[in-house]
This record gives sequence, structure tokens and C-alpha cells, in this order.
Amino acid sequence: MTKVTMTVNGRQVSGEVEDRTLLVHFIRDKLGLTGTHVGCDTSQCGACVVHMDGRSIKSCSTLAVQAAGSEILTIEGLAKDGELHPVQAAFKANHGLQCGFCTPGMVMTAVDMINRYGGRLDEKTVRENLEGNICRCTGYHNIVKAILAAAAEMGAGRQAAE
Amino acid sequence: MYATNYHRASSVADAVRLKGASEDGKYVSGGMTLIPTMKQRLAAPSDLVDLRHVAEMKGITVSGDTIRIGAGTTHAEVATSAELKAACPALCHLASQIGDPHVRHMGTLGGSIANNDPAADYPSAMLALAATIVTDRREIAADDFFTGLFETALEDGEIIVAVSFARPERAGYSKFPNPASRYAMTGVFVAKAAGGVRVAVTGAGSNGVFRHGGMESALAGNFSPDALAGVTTDPSDMLSDIHGSAEYRANLVNVMARRAVAAAGAV
Ligand SMILES: Cc1cc2nc3c(=O)[nH]c(=O)nc-3n(C[C@H](O)[C@H](O)[C@H](O)COP(=O)(O)OP(=O)(O)OC[C@H]3O[C@@H](n4cnc5c(N)ncnc54)[C@H](O)[C@@H]3O)c2cc1C
Ligand code: FES
Ligand code: FES
Repeated sequence: MTKVTMTVNGRQVSGEVEDRTLLVHFIRDKLGLTGTHVGCDTSQCGACVVHMDGRSIKSCSTLAVQAAGSEILTIEGLAKDGELHPVQAAFKANHGLQCGFCTPGMVMTAVDMINRYGGRLDEKTVRENLEGNICRCTGYHNIVKAILAAAAEMGAGRQAAE
Repeated sequence: MYATNYHRASSVADAVRLKGASEDGKYVSGGMTLIPTMKQRLAAPSDLVDLRHVAEMKGITVSGDTIRIGAGTTHAEVATSAELKAACPALCHLASQIGDPHVRHMGTLGGSIANNDPAADYPSAMLALAATIVTDRREIAADDFFTGLFETALEDGEIIVAVSFARPERAGYSKFPNPASRYAMTGVFVAKAAGGVRVAVTGAGSNGVFRHGGMESALAGNFSPDALAGVTTDPSDMLSDIHGSAEYRANLVNVMARRAVAAAGAV
């Protein structure tokens, strides 16, 4: 067993894990943050996406020990003071989910792409950047709409703040 | 996944020592091939030596006409490097087409070429750019490095530290991705440099990445897609599986090569 320490959603956490423990199992089973999902065994579905040091990664394909010392952001860390994050609000407003299983990974992926592209996101870029996220329900259309709406809103907010 | 022991290396020398001290250890860089393989219980290293925090293996430098990329540089960093975009945009394009954003944030150039998956993208670029693979103990020409399916010239414990190559006059990459996995069903990298034209094909060959002599001669005199019109590829050398027959891949090689040359011409 190895003791790992990392920052999760702004809070420093520690836990004893086997070296083979996947980050997603540390997050779900040790920390009780069950918003991050496991949807496949082949590293392809993206239900497990979290951010590590500001970049989207698949927590099912990373060991907890590899993430030691890093900053992790999960879906639970997005809402602030009871207010949904703009991406979460846009998924709700645009009906960007049905069963909701893929949604945490979709939202974390959306936040990552808005961080990287800002206002330069267009439909083609959004669809390309959803390559690693599979949804069995929606047909993606409303997910894409939600991400574009959030990107526009966040871009507008940024300009207003400047 | 079977049990394993994790070690985090702080330098190349530290990594070699840690691996040497292990029973049956493996290096892990991005883990985007190795961890999924361990999850399937197709690999069971006694120890994992993590290279992700080795600073001397990271970064891209362009000095004069020489480009050097640290083995620990991620696909995302290669795809978005402004310096590299100015020197060899085809390689940025190649990296931007690997897997998905999450894989690109972790996966590394060194891990990709060490693994030498017959459907991986980078091996074709290394071969076409006549790159030198720099390890902790020697320099290996790309022509001698890729030795077969998932096989390389690396010795036990040898670490790829960086790759380097001369800035090509022109280069292009075109890939037909498998619609499910995004790995290359066929990918062709063409490069025109002082030493001539080199064409390397990934995803298609039954013995892994290979150079296409017929296309290289055809392009030497006339670097244009039309020069490839009459050049054929022998299907008996091609992979054949549920994704595509050998004849289909032989045809894809020609189509992808024409597109790669067209893309190279556009720069
Ligand atoms: C969903 C998915 C889609 C993908 N799609 C593509 C694709 O379209 N095209 C493509 O090319 N690849 C694809 N990949 C593979 C991806 O590019 C991997 O990142 C890459 O092949 C391995 O790099 P890594 O850093 O993750 O290596 P790791 O998984 O950490 O290691 C792979 C192997 O290389 C060895 N190794 C690692 N670094 C070194 C080093 N510096 N020196 C010596 N040995 C080393 C390890 O011991 C191990 O045996 C995909 C992967 C996934 C999960
Ligand atoms: S659980 Fe499917 S990619 Fe991680
Ligand atoms: S909403 Fe059901 S899988 Fe996406």
C-alpha cells in the first residue's frame, strides 16, 4: 500500500491505495465522489474524464499513484455556491442529456475544450473534441448545442469582465 | 490488473537505476497504451517506473535546421507547438489526429515509438523524416529502429530520451482512421528533404511501418500527387483483418499518399 496525497476540487486529500488502483476508483471508492463514472473497459468512452493539472484525462487509464501531487478537478468541483457552472447550466437548458451516464465526462470535456479554445469554438471543433466521449442516448446534437451555448456565454462574460 | 510497484523517476539515470533494480519492470510515460494493456491483464510488470516527471525528456527545440523533441513530450504539446508549426507543420497535424483530447494530454511521442504499434501514427513520421532516436546510451537511425510488429531495436532497460531530425523542405501526413478506434487503417507520411524524398506507410503493412520505394522514386523527379498515378502496392505485403482486406489497404496506401503529397505541397 502507498499513501497518496493530491488536491481534489481544491481540498487536499490523502489515502492508502494499492499501486494498481486506478484514479477513478480512488475518486469514487475512497473519496465517495461518485459523479465520475466508469463506462467501459477499453479506455474509449470518456465517462471517467476529470482534469489533472488543468487538462482533461481519463481517470480509468491513470493510476492514483501517477496522480499523486497533482490537482484534480471532478464534476463535483464545478458548481460554486450552489450555482451550476455555465456548462452544466447549458446542458440543462439545451437538453444535452438523457440518461445522464455520459454527462459528467461530457461536461468535464466541454470545460476543457472551452479552456483551450475559448470563443474560437465552432461546431466542427466541438465534434472533433468529443472524439473520446461516447453517448448512447442523445445523438450528440444537443450536447454540441450546449457546449457552443456555454462557450458563447463564457466568452461574453469574459469580455464583460475585461 | 495484477499487482505492481510504482516508482517515480526524477531523471533518466534514476529511471535506468530503478528499472535495473526491478524484477520485471516497465517504464510508463503517458500510460495510454500500457495501463489499458495492464487492465486487460495482457501485461503484468512487477514494477512501473514513471518517466512523466523527468524534465530532461520534455520539450521541443528548433535550432537552425535541427528539430529536437523530447520523448516525454505529449501529443497535445506537439500538436500545438508554435515553433514546430513553423518548422514542420505536418508533424503537428499528425499529433492532432491521434486518439482523442484526453489521450493526447497524456500520451507521449517516446511511448508511441517504443511501443511501435503497427497502426500508430508517429512511426511513419520518424521513418519519413529520417529521424535519429536518441536513447540514454546511443543514437539509432529510424531505419534501424522499427524492426517489426511491436518490435524495436531498444535493448532491455534502454530509454528513448528524444528524437531529432532535419527540418524538411516539405512534408505531409494523411491518415484514414479506423472509424471506431481512430488508429490508422493506413497513414502515409511523405517528406522532401536535402537527402531526397522519403515515403513511410503505417497501419497497412503486415510487418509494420515501412518505406515505399516505388513511391519514393516516382516522387523524386516530380513531387506531385499525379506522379503516384501508376505506382502500385503489393497486396501480399498488406495486413488483412475485419477492418479491411489486403487489397483495400493496398489501394488506401495510394490514396493516402496522394493526399499527403497534396498537403505537403500546400505548405
Ligand atoms: C482510446 C485511445 C486511442 C488511441 N488512438 C491512437 C491513434 O489514433 N494513433 C496512435 O498512434 N496512437 C493511439 N493511441 C495510443 C497513444 O498514442 C499512446 O499514447 C501511445 O501509443 C503510447 O504513449 P504513452 O506515452 O502513453 O506510453 P505508455 O503507455 O506509457 O508506454 C507504452 C510502452 O512504451 C514503453 N515506453 C514508454 N516511454 C518510453 C521511453 N521514453 N523509452 C522507452 N520505452 C518507453 C513502455 O514501457 C511501454 O511498453 C490511442 C490510445 C488510446 C487509449
Ligand atoms: S471509463 Fe471508458 S474511457 Fe474511462
Ligand atoms: S445521456 Fe445517456 S449515455 Fe449520454
